[in-house]
Amino acid sequence: MKRMKLVMVGNGMAGVRTLEELLKIAPDLYDITVFGAEPHPNYNRIMLSPVLAGEQTLDEIVLNPLSWYAEHGITLHLGKKVVDVDRRRRIVRAEDGTEETYDRLLITTGSNPFILPVPGKDLDGVIAYRDIADTNTMIEAATKYRHAVVIGGGLLGLEAANGLLLRGMQVTVVHVGQWLLERQLDDTAGDLLRKTLEAKGLKFLLSAHTQALVGGDDGRVKAVQFKDGTEIPADLVVMAAGVRPNTELAEKIGLHCSRGIVVTDTMQTITDPRIYSVGECAAHRGIAYGLVAPLFEQGKVCATHLAESGIGRYLGSQTSTKLKVTGIDLFSAGDFMGGEGCEEIVLNDPYDGVYKKLVIKDDQLVGACIYGDTVDGSWYFRLLKEARKIDGIRDRLIFGESRADTDDTTTTP
Amino acid sequence: MTETRSTCPYCGVGCGVVIESHGAQITGVRGDPDHPANFGRLCTKGSTLHHTATAPITLQSRLLQPSHRASRRATPRPVSWDTALELAAGHFARVVRDHGPDAVGFYISGQLLTEDYYVFNKLAKGLIGTNNIDTNSRLCMSSAVAGYKATLGADAPPACYDDLKDCTTLFITGSNTAWAHPILYRRIEDARVANPSMKVIVVDPRRTDTAGAADLHLPILPGTDVALYHGMLHVMLSEGLVDPEYIAAHTNGFETLRERVLGYPPHEVARTCGIPEADLVQAARWFGAPFGRTMSMYCQGLNQSSRGTAKNATLVNLHLATGQIGKPGAGPFSLTGQPNAMGGREVGGMANLLGAHRDLANPEHRAEVARLWGVDSVPATPGKTAVDMFQAAADGEIKALWISCTNPAQSMPDQNLVRRALERAEFVVVQEAFGTTVTCDYGDLLLPATTWGEKDGTVTNSERRISRVRPAVSAPGAARHDWATVCDFARRLESRLRPGQPTLFPYDTPEQVWNEHRESTRGRDLDITGLTYARIEATPEQWPFPEGATAGRVRLYEDGVFPTADGRAKFHDAAYEPVAEPRDARFPFSLNTGRLRDQWHGMSRTGTIGRLFGHVPEPAIEMNAGDLARLQLAGGDLVHVTSRRGTLILPVVASEQVAVSQAFVAMHWGEEFLSGSTSNGVKVQGVNVVTTPAYCPTSKQPELKHAAVKVLKAELPWRMLGMAWLPEAEAIAARRELKSLMGAFAFSSCVPFGRDRAGVLFRAAAYEAPPDELLQRIERLLGLGGRDVLHYVDKRRGQRRTMRLAEVNDQTQLEGFVLGGDISAEVWVRPLLQDQLPAQAYGRLLLLPGAKAPVAVKARGRQVCTCFNVTEPDIQAGLGGCSGTADQQFAHLQATLKCGTNCGSCIPEVKRIVMMQLKAA
Repeated sequence: MKRMKLVMVGNGMAGVRTLEELLKIAPDLYDITVFGAEPHPNYNRIMLSPVLAGEQTLDEIVLNPLSWYAEHGITLHLGKKVVDVDRRRRIVRAEDGTEETYDRLLITTGSNPFILPVPGKDLDGVIAYRDIADTNTMIEAATKYRHAVVIGGGLLGLEAANGLLLRGMQVTVVHVGQWLLERQLDDTAGDLLRKTLEAKGLKFLLSAHTQALVGGDDGRVKAVQFKDGTEIPADLVVMAAGVRPNTELAEKIGLHCSRGIVVTDTMQTITDPRIYSVGECAAHRGIAYGLVAPLFEQGKVCATHLAESGIGRYLGSQTSTKLKVTGIDLFSAGDFMGGEGCEEIVLNDPYDGVYKKLVIKDDQLVGACIYGDTVDGSWYFRLLKEARKIDGIRDRLIFGESRADTDDTTTTP
Repeated sequence: MTETRSTCPYCGVGCGVVIESHGAQITGVRGDPDHPANFGRLCTKGSTLHHTATAPITLQSRLLQPSHRASRRATPRPVSWDTALELAAGHFARVVRDHGPDAVGFYISGQLLTEDYYVFNKLAKGLIGTNNIDTNSRLCMSSAVAGYKATLGADAPPACYDDLKDCTTLFITGSNTAWAHPILYRRIEDARVANPSMKVIVVDPRRTDTAGAADLHLPILPGTDVALYHGMLHVMLSEGLVDPEYIAAHTNGFETLRERVLGYPPHEVARTCGIPEADLVQAARWFGAPFGRTMSMYCQGLNQSSRGTAKNATLVNLHLATGQIGKPGAGPFSLTGQPNAMGGREVGGMANLLGAHRDLANPEHRAEVARLWGVDSVPATPGKTAVDMFQAAADGEIKALWISCTNPAQSMPDQNLVRRALERAEFVVVQEAFGTTVTCDYGDLLLPATTWGEKDGTVTNSERRISRVRPAVSAPGAARHDWATVCDFARRLESRLRPGQPTLFPYDTPEQVWNEHRESTRGRDLDITGLTYARIEATPEQWPFPEGATAGRVRLYEDGVFPTADGRAKFHDAAYEPVAEPRDARFPFSLNTGRLRDQWHGMSRTGTIGRLFGHVPEPAIEMNAGDLARLQLAGGDLVHVTSRRGTLILPVVASEQVAVSQAFVAMHWGEEFLSGSTSNGVKVQGVNVVTTPAYCPTSKQPELKHAAVKVLKAELPWRMLGMAWLPEAEAIAARRELKSLMGAFAFSSCVPFGRDRAGVLFRAAAYEAPPDELLQRIERLLGLGGRDVLHYVDKRRGQRRTMRLAEVNDQTQLEGFVLGGDISAEVWVRPLLQDQLPAQAYGRLLLLPGAKAPVAVKARGRQVCTCFNVTEPDIQAGLGGCSGTADQQFAHLQATLKCGTNCGSCIPEVKRIVMMQLKAA
């Protein structure tokens, strides 16, 4: 029997995980071809920070070596960026002219870093933080330059800042928000984090709006200028102000995009049922996820459909966060900022530098924000995903799983 | 170091103290070994006096500057003495001119010295011309006064402390001597050891420590004393235990009384009193034992009664009928609650008395006094006694009130009336040493007074013994001696009321005042013309001590001659009448009030130090376990205690001392310590919001010992407990701030704790969680306001817990906490803080809810011995493996734990614990 042809555009974690899932349930269904723009096999992008920090090497973060592709008979086109798809004829075409036909197309183009549209953004020494090339640039800059400025106090920015600090640079994090990680932490935890990082040697400028990057005579960036006119020196500027789903190809070939390539619960694009999409480029129910756990869930669902068993449905994910900075434990999940109809339980332990906030709605845990002691993060995440009623253990909930069950009944008005 | 001999300012035992001081600071106190009242002993309260006189306490709790309120509830503004007294004189002169002298009233105190009292009395009766001067002795001793006068003819306790040595039967009635007069109780213990056959009978509705140690306890129903005494006399008559010869020779009125008591057969009396008939008969037999010596000791159980005079007098009947008076080891002996209620009576400092036991109703006596004072006359109309004085002020009759050295907004019954009076009076002067009393909140003018350790004068104790009170240090701030303030005020008033005439107050020293008083006693029953300050300083002496005498009279009426017209004592014929407010279906509990062992009165002094809160840490109502079960209450539950006059909320505890259908609340818990807010938003004014103003028609002493109340469970699910160690210089100030927040809760109490450090405890309960701002304020006052605290909050459930840790002596200790919402963790969190246990192992688990500690805590338990800080568990452990008799085991405890080897106040309780262990074994 002639096998169907599956072409995957993008060689990242979400896509390769989908292939792995597919190979598990239908190893012989497809001839698989993969296009990757980067010259590397699938590596663990999440672990770029430890590489930058010098805690791991590039070799160590490769997830699927070239041999894996060979073993599974996958045709791999590395360093080839796909520039067009003829959906009518079902042909994929790369920049260098390489063409592949497909029966099913999986678009996993991921996301692009958001580059602040300010003057000087194209100067030398201004980079994003997205891939191995960026990481290498930073590692190299650290050996030559002194002042690093990271724009963006989100997860990626802080990890980049931490890595550069460890590589000997003086690092200032410029953040437009009032506290760090405002999408992952509340203000209290954000302040705790800032203090800890300050103690490590990082500097922070909060509520700081970048107006321009100022270049030197050599064409390299030399300072960052703010809206209030002040400047700080910068030999290296890392833009870590968020990512945008990479929908360039999808839009070009006429797939409906809205904050990502719009997909259904079966991870098929709503425009063309032969074309699937998972990962940071896909918009499911309006959300393009940026964390790995939901993407793996998407991949699993997508694989079942590619395998024609058609049972899985992706219904969205609760997400949780961890920061990969050694010595810092933080965890957040769900709707940790609360709001209408939400109740909060807060525990503060300044002696141990621990802060926990749990958000409850309708007797269910809907959000958690924990700083300093994240042992119970996974337990809270489980309670949150399972939507368990917690009123019976509410009074002891914040003390963690080991303290939640007790014979000791407490009276509560 | 300087040593100054003086007298203890607490109860009427009148113990001598030696005050140690360095410069302006009192540094120590010990019993005066030469003082005949105590021979060197002091109780828990006396032996901690120096702790109440430290600089931080003085600075935080004392009035140090005259101050004036521009309007009620305004913050008092400091003024000079000159301004203050001119203001007062102007107000008083105006009121006297516009409304007559009876529109002013003086409410003074049995804690004033005789000299203070004397000038107050002269001010009111001599200068202003009103008898509206009464004292808190009205709440304390006036029934004893009336009882003595009705039977023996004069207000004079006939017996003395030494009589305990010789008595064979000691009849204690209406007195918890072991707690209220501990040093006297030590003498009782000594007497029992020396004379093992001595019988001690205790009559008390409660099984107090005094009752528990008795040979016979008669737990009579409240207020049935007169029936009991009549019943005992009935038995004595039928068994031939009376002394017909004594009756015939020295008394009148026995036949009438005999007729009366025939109507009180023992079986009926036993039923009235709720005691076994056999016990009644036994009591009568011991009391009237042929060849025996019987002494009675009694206190507020008889006095604070709507039948107080009848109770006193019918008890004296028993002594007259058996001839048990006027001989060693015999006689009725009233115990005095205050250090100088006796002295006050001597100078006539009450609305119905004149100096030197003269009678206001007697025109000759009035003329004598007018002559002594050099005034035209003293007014004949009896003045208003305590309750009536406040009623008159509430009615607008009395417009200017001068309150000195007492705290009526705490101690008077029916606080609603008292507060109305203080609100309505046009001008209220409060002359006080302590600015922390609630009465100070009502003063238009606050005048700072000296107090123990600073004062100079004399006091008379229960056995008629006059002792010197001497200053060890000078007055703090601008505080002045009470007599000096009164004289200064009086002279200013004289210039307005009788200008141009020589002053009635030409005194420069208290001794000059006392000498004038001394002269007024010449020829009277209490003649002290043979005494001088110098003589009393050398040896405190008993009166009478007329000129030419070499010693005071140890015992009165040894010749059988009484200070009546015919020299005979009078039997008092009175029918038994029940309490003014019998309990009924709507108010089914008898509420009794009384003293705690380690506290005194309104606690303005004892309440400054935590170590006196070791024995009983917090306010509670004690009830019988059976009643608790019936009402489905558990210990610690909050209850509404409601009388016809008011309501308060406090925790209930089961007590083996309290009988079924009765309840007990300590008299000390005023608004300063126990408050809250009623459902209609009225601030709760302490225990006396429920007590009755009904008083004895003769003595006018209110029935503080009995109010009919109902007890209902208070459903206040939101509870709070805050405790913290605070710097000594801040603890009392913090408590004063917290006091202002007490009305924000349905129930609240605030007390100090701690032996060597200053702790503050705030407990509250409410229907629902209060606003965060209020809790934050409490946290701030307890030193928990910073960011440096463990904190847990679940606002929806009203749960809020805050803890502060600190490194103390190389270990992590809990320094303060607030538990809000569910406070069941109190059982382990509280000992962690209070016993200063290491808290290292807990970390943020300190915030865990529930009664089960995350790491086991070994609490020290309730303190029994205040001197050596020995707790009940210590004693129980100390008894482990101990054998022998109760006395041997007790001796073992004294040897090993030292409990009961210093002041001895805990001895009855330690013995009780020994007995309980023996019984259990």
